[in-house]
Amino acid sequence: MLQNYLPILVFIVIALGMGTVMILAGSIIGPRRPDAEKLSPYECGFEAFEDSRMKFDVRYYLVAILFIIFDLEIAFLFPWAVVLDEIGTFGFLAMMAFLAVLVIGFIYEWKKGALEWE
Amino acid sequence: MIDSLVSLAWTVAKVLAILVPLVLAVAWYTFAERKVVGYIQVRMGPNRVGPRGWLQPIADGIKLVLKEVIIPAGANRFLFVLAPVIALGAALAAWAVVPFGEGLVLADINAGLLYILAMTSVGVYGVIIAGWASNSKYALLGAMRSAAQIVAYEIAMGFALVVVLMAAGSLNLGEIVNAQDGSILNWFWLPLLPMFVVYIIAGIAETNRAPFDVAEGESEIVAGFHVEYSGMSFLVFFLAEYANMILISLLISIMFLGGWLSPFQGIFPDRFTEGFPLGPGPHWLLLKTLFFMFLYLWLRATFPRYRYDQIMRLGWKVFIPLTIVWIVVVGVAIVLDVPPWFDGA
Repeated sequence: MLQNYLPILVFIVIALGMGTVMILAGSIIGPRRPDAEKLSPYECGFEAFEDSRMKFDVRYYLVAILFIIFDLEIAFLFPWAVVLDEIGTFGFLAMMAFLAVLVIGFIYEWKKGALEWE
Repeated sequence: MIDSLVSLAWTVAKVLAILVPLVLAVAWYTFAERKVVGYIQVRMGPNRVGPRGWLQPIADGIKLVLKEVIIPAGANRFLFVLAPVIALGAALAAWAVVPFGEGLVLADINAGLLYILAMTSVGVYGVIIAGWASNSKYALLGAMRSAAQIVAYEIAMGFALVVVLMAAGSLNLGEIVNAQDGSILNWFWLPLLPMFVVYIIAGIAETNRAPFDVAEGESEIVAGFHVEYSGMSFLVFFLAEYANMILISLLISIMFLGGWLSPFQGIFPDRFTEGFPLGPGPHWLLLKTLFFMFLYLWLRATFPRYRYDQIMRLGWKVFIPLTIVWIVVVGVAIVLDVPPWFDGA
């Protein structure tokens, strides 16, 4: 059973190795002539002012939180979807009750304007 | 000891048999993109390097290898180098469980679809880390936009996957294809038509491609999260993006268009649909994948870019409600055993 996953591990190691080797090769083969102008952050030719790690819109946090809720729900739906044919009407209704709770929350978010971007 | 070494070498050989064609496919996919977009806009596209420009990807590759890898002064050096590696690793790793034909798969695991969902989710870390580590305002803005967009469409994509699972009754990609056996009308595109459309559009948004490419909208934020990357580190991001596009095309073909099944099956008598050209085989999967790869380029050349609030509205207010409704619809159909699609098992 578990040895089926060994090729995946090999694959991931080779994939990560490929990226590393490519960047290493690029830094070895390519020239290296740094100067202050070249290394400053790109700002359309202006001198960079203030730190780049600035404040950003709170809605991005909101999206991230909503994403976690829904992604968990998807993870919860996966095993249910596979065996739905066997667990029949009761299993179906149980998940519908859970989905209903989530949909109520989703409607609340929508009405609160958490999904507005303007 | 010797045995396990031999099997490990064999596995490495199989991994390379997937990765090398994939990297070549990416190289000439970029060429195809420039040619296709070129001809759609009534120009030739690249036509100087080699016969009709066919050696252009090699020239591009050599140019990028010979360019300097710039690490900006204010950047976090470790994360800055790590980000493209993560992006490429995640984009390639998903290929480990993809079946290319009946039994033609590197790792035939039962949780195939779950693994793919997980791997495509990891890709967003590459984007976020790149934007943060660059210490550039454009990179940070591009990364925030891109990440919010990717997670929004990932939900719609995940729900669409759940519907496919319900119809197929298995997480194994090979068995998902076999569950569509019968004829072209048994393929999941028909019973799951709304999910088919949602998955195509969400797939394009997920890979940050036009018309959803605000993450690197060049007229607003230059190149988005990878604005500070150059040379090979840029090439690695590029490889990851195109590998993801090919992966999405392949997954659409597998999950909704019957993978390697033949479209003539069930239409002609069975004795005609055996053996190479008309019977099932990897060549059908290749053809279907190529169509969706072409669709990517076609859409890019056809549609103007969406505004960011329109993208988020489409993802949250149209796709997610639609997919939830379709989960209920398919659930009812399975419980009631509605023929001809949901009366199996």
